Amino acid sequence: MEQLLNCQNLTKRYGYKTALDSINLTIERGRIIGLLGPNGSGKTTLIKLINGLLTPTDGLLLINGMAPGPETKKVVSYLPERTYFNSWMKVTDILDFFCDFYADFDRNRAMEMLHRLNINEKDRLSTMSKGTKEKVQLIMVMSRDADLYCLDEPIGGVDPAARDYILQTIITNYNERATVLISTHLISDIENVLDDVIFIQNGHVRLTASVDEIREQEGKSVDALFREVFRC
Amino acid sequence: MAWILDDSRPIYLQIVDLIKTNIIAGTYQPGDKLPSVRDLAMDASVNPNTMQKALTELERSGLVYTQRTSGRFITEDTTKMAEIKEQLAREQIQLFLKNMEQLGFKKEDIKRLLDLELKGEK
Repeated sequence: MEQLLNCQNLTKRYGYKTALDSINLTIERGRIIGLLGPNGSGKTTLIKLINGLLTPTDGLLLINGMAPGPETKKVVSYLPERTYFNSWMKVTDILDFFCDFYADFDRNRAMEMLHRLNINEKDRLSTMSKGTKEKVQLIMVMSRDADLYCLDEPIGGVDPAARDYILQTIITNYNERATVLISTHLISDIENVLDDVIFIQNGHVRLTASVDEIREQEGKSVDALFREVFRC
Repeated sequence: MAWILDDSRPIYLQIVDLIKTNIIAGTYQPGDKLPSVRDLAMDASVNPNTMQKALTELERSGLVYTQRTSGRFITEDTTKMAEIKEQLAREQIQLFLKNMEQLGFKKEDIKRLLDLELKGEK
């Protein structure tokens, strides 16, 4: 299978603290991957490096063979932990914003999803609940035709029904050229949609495996394995 | 159909079993067209790759076949179906026997109890 993301000895230090320690990792196209690890393990650091919001202290990170920059941002769709939209914005403003920024943004797809969730395009973000805001943002991110979707904690703040909808959205928009990387603690909720998992701990990759491999070899769910590996 | 998946076994194997059961039970009729991988994946809330893997497995077992342009269909081979039906029944019986053994029952006792139960039903 074709390589999409490649990390070689990727290291990130914040002062004296090492967030990622010489990580080697390859991600292929056409996968839905869970990036799993306890708090402070380096998940968000990795995602920020992929999106060029941080620069590596050492080592290499390549997307389609390129270091993060304007060219890779065209093919990476990023859902950050926290929203970056201004609360005065209406949904239509955000749609315009994404149309301007990303050539691969499909406005119709976004509008369809908004309608299905009964989100009015004329509403301002300031009038929306936390969960609705998260939905709007996810819809924007998933309405791009990107190669790599990086979703940092996409289901943390929403209710279980919306969680199901978000997972459906991820499955629906899946295509075999693209990979979705999801960081989360809520493993059991997303386990059934994942192909592979990456466990990281203290800046190291503890394990990369497919969900089926884990279930076949360990006879337990990824959630159960996670609790075992990262027992406090 | 209800897609109830447990935690211990690979998801694709569970899907294979669920679809098999539905074929045997007649929910899917011989010659019926199966929904697309994507629709089935959405319905079961699983990854399309997982669904694909399950369907490939079903094809290998002969219960499902692919027609190049028009999709996947349930086999019309009734002998094959009977075969699989019997195989599923035997799996259930083996499971039952294993559980009874764990309870400490010997074969003769199991047979006696089973006879009793079957008579009682009539």
